[in-house]
Amino acid sequence: MSQSNDMALKSQNTISKEELLALKKEMNAKAFTKRRIRTGSRLVFNIIVAFIMLLPLLYAISIAFMPSGELFTTELNLVPKNPTVQNFIDAFTNVPLIRFILNSFIMAGSITIGQIITCALAAFAFSFLEFKGKGILFMVVMATMMVPGEATIISNYLTVGNLGMLDTYPVLIVPYLTSAMGIFLFRQFYMSFPMSLYESAKLDGCSNLKFIVRILIPLTKSAIGAMAVYTFINAWNMYMWPLLVTGSNDMRTVQIGISMLNSVDSQSITMMIAGVVIVIIPSISIFIVGQKQLIRGMFSGAVKG
Amino acid sequence: MNTEKKKKLNWTPYCYLIPCMLVFAVFLFYPFFKTIYLSLFLTDKMGQAKIFVGLENYIDLLTSESFRNSLKVTLIFVVIVVVGGMLLGLIAAVLCNKAFPGIRFFSTAYALPMAIASSSAAMIFQIMLHPTVGIVNKLLGLDINWLNDPDTALYCVAILTAWLNSGINFLYFSAGLGNIDETIYERASVDGASGVQQFFSLTLPGLSPIMFYTLVVNIIQAFQSFGQIKILTEGGPDEATNVIVYSIYRDAFFNYRFGSAAAQSVILFIIVMIITLIMFRIEKKGVSY
Repeated sequence: MSQSNDMALKSQNTISKEELLALKKEMNAKAFTKRRIRTGSRLVFNIIVAFIMLLPLLYAISIAFMPSGELFTTELNLVPKNPTVQNFIDAFTNVPLIRFILNSFIMAGSITIGQIITCALAAFAFSFLEFKGKGILFMVVMATMMVPGEATIISNYLTVGNLGMLDTYPVLIVPYLTSAMGIFLFRQFYMSFPMSLYESAKLDGCSNLKFIVRILIPLTKSAIGAMAVYTFINAWNMYMWPLLVTGSNDMRTVQIGISMLNSVDSQSITMMIAGVVIVIIPSISIFIVGQKQLIRGMFSGAVKG
Repeated sequence: MNTEKKKKLNWTPYCYLIPCMLVFAVFLFYPFFKTIYLSLFLTDKMGQAKIFVGLENYIDLLTSESFRNSLKVTLIFVVIVVVGGMLLGLIAAVLCNKAFPGIRFFSTAYALPMAIASSSAAMIFQIMLHPTVGIVNKLLGLDINWLNDPDTALYCVAILTAWLNSGINFLYFSAGLGNIDETIYERASVDGASGVQQFFSLTLPGLSPIMFYTLVVNIIQAFQSFGQIKILTEGGPDEATNVIVYSIYRDAFFNYRFGSAAAQSVILFIIVMIITLIMFRIEKKGVSY
């Protein structure tokens, strides 16, 4: 279309500066509206899709604030008419929710810190030190990623049962104190540093441990942040292992504790969902706060592979 | 100095590997081989191997109607979860590919399911699918008992799992899209390629490396789904959702047949390994970089 316009203009051969400016303005405006329409439709699509994706969560929040009598109607009740916090109070008084939350924090926190330490140490050895069998050992570590947890869970359960470790903190924590993925992630980051960094530190009389604590850890904060967010969330959400190895309320984690609410009568649905909302809050908060870290540290590396 | 070093074996590097190797040895390598060992025995209630039966546990499993049903159910489940989860992640990633107002809110929303526990999500879905008070029946004007109907239960659990997995898939695909060179789109637009054409001939091929990685991760993850099935259906109704992992759990911790459960674990491991190896084979041939 612009071509034919040009042709017309040329044939007339009398074009003033004003006309040209006006034409430019018009085209710009057209492009602008086009872009606005595109952005607008993108926004609309996003709102629709995001609403569907978040529907379970929004629904849960709505139910959690609903008086339990309001739930049992045949009409569509998306939002509570008389919002109440009674469900949250009930959830805290009917089950030892605070104890469960504490247990989960202890478990997930210890696993996170432990994994960062063991993975950093191993990744350091794999990237800066030379030793016999390095290649094979690294392959062995990577191969562990192929073994699904379910292939080992029965034997692990029998092992800790025979050791009399059931229903303790260590049994929740120790099996998860390292991860092949963490070693791989840290190694990827460490490999990007030149060997001369390590060598010059050595020449300055820096010991290996000092090198890790003073130089590697500060330089790989983003990897550690990503690892911490990912590990904490996964540990917080763990289900099968805590289900098997905990038997008392003193040791249960939130996920197991909250699913116990499931068996009670249907009158307490609203209380159960309030409990679910409470235990989702920590993992979601950590995710939202650490999302940037997670993406920068983990996914930019994953693509390059 | 160098020759001196070479003479004696330097133990320091191994010290740094001790913590992780110790955990791997006790909780991964040892139980892995013990599971294989157990799978060849009949066990007592404490899980002690009692009578050596060779491959009998495996033969019993492969000839039993129930286990073959488990295999079939697992296969359907994995396909729905992988396809659904990746599709959701891909749609969300494409929608968030270009900057627009509110993009940060939306990308957080799409990634959010990865922060939610399978058990919590299962309990929310249980109420959503509740036959009388659930929002699904109310919105659709239906009266279906979703989780108690053998025809629908598996799909419900699979869709829930797909939703849970879509969050991390969104992050993978977003990272993949970020790696595609913007200028090829501009050139394509100049050449008059439509949005749909651009998606199929530029976006998808550009995503293929990350697509492959995501596929492998998704398949492995889907095979391991447990919490949602335990909470929503307990393998029922009529074994319609009795995936292998749940069947392992039931055999070991309800029937105390640890030998049979161990054999199922080994079969699960073999299936996952074969699929992974096949995928890597295909990748070497097919994926364009």
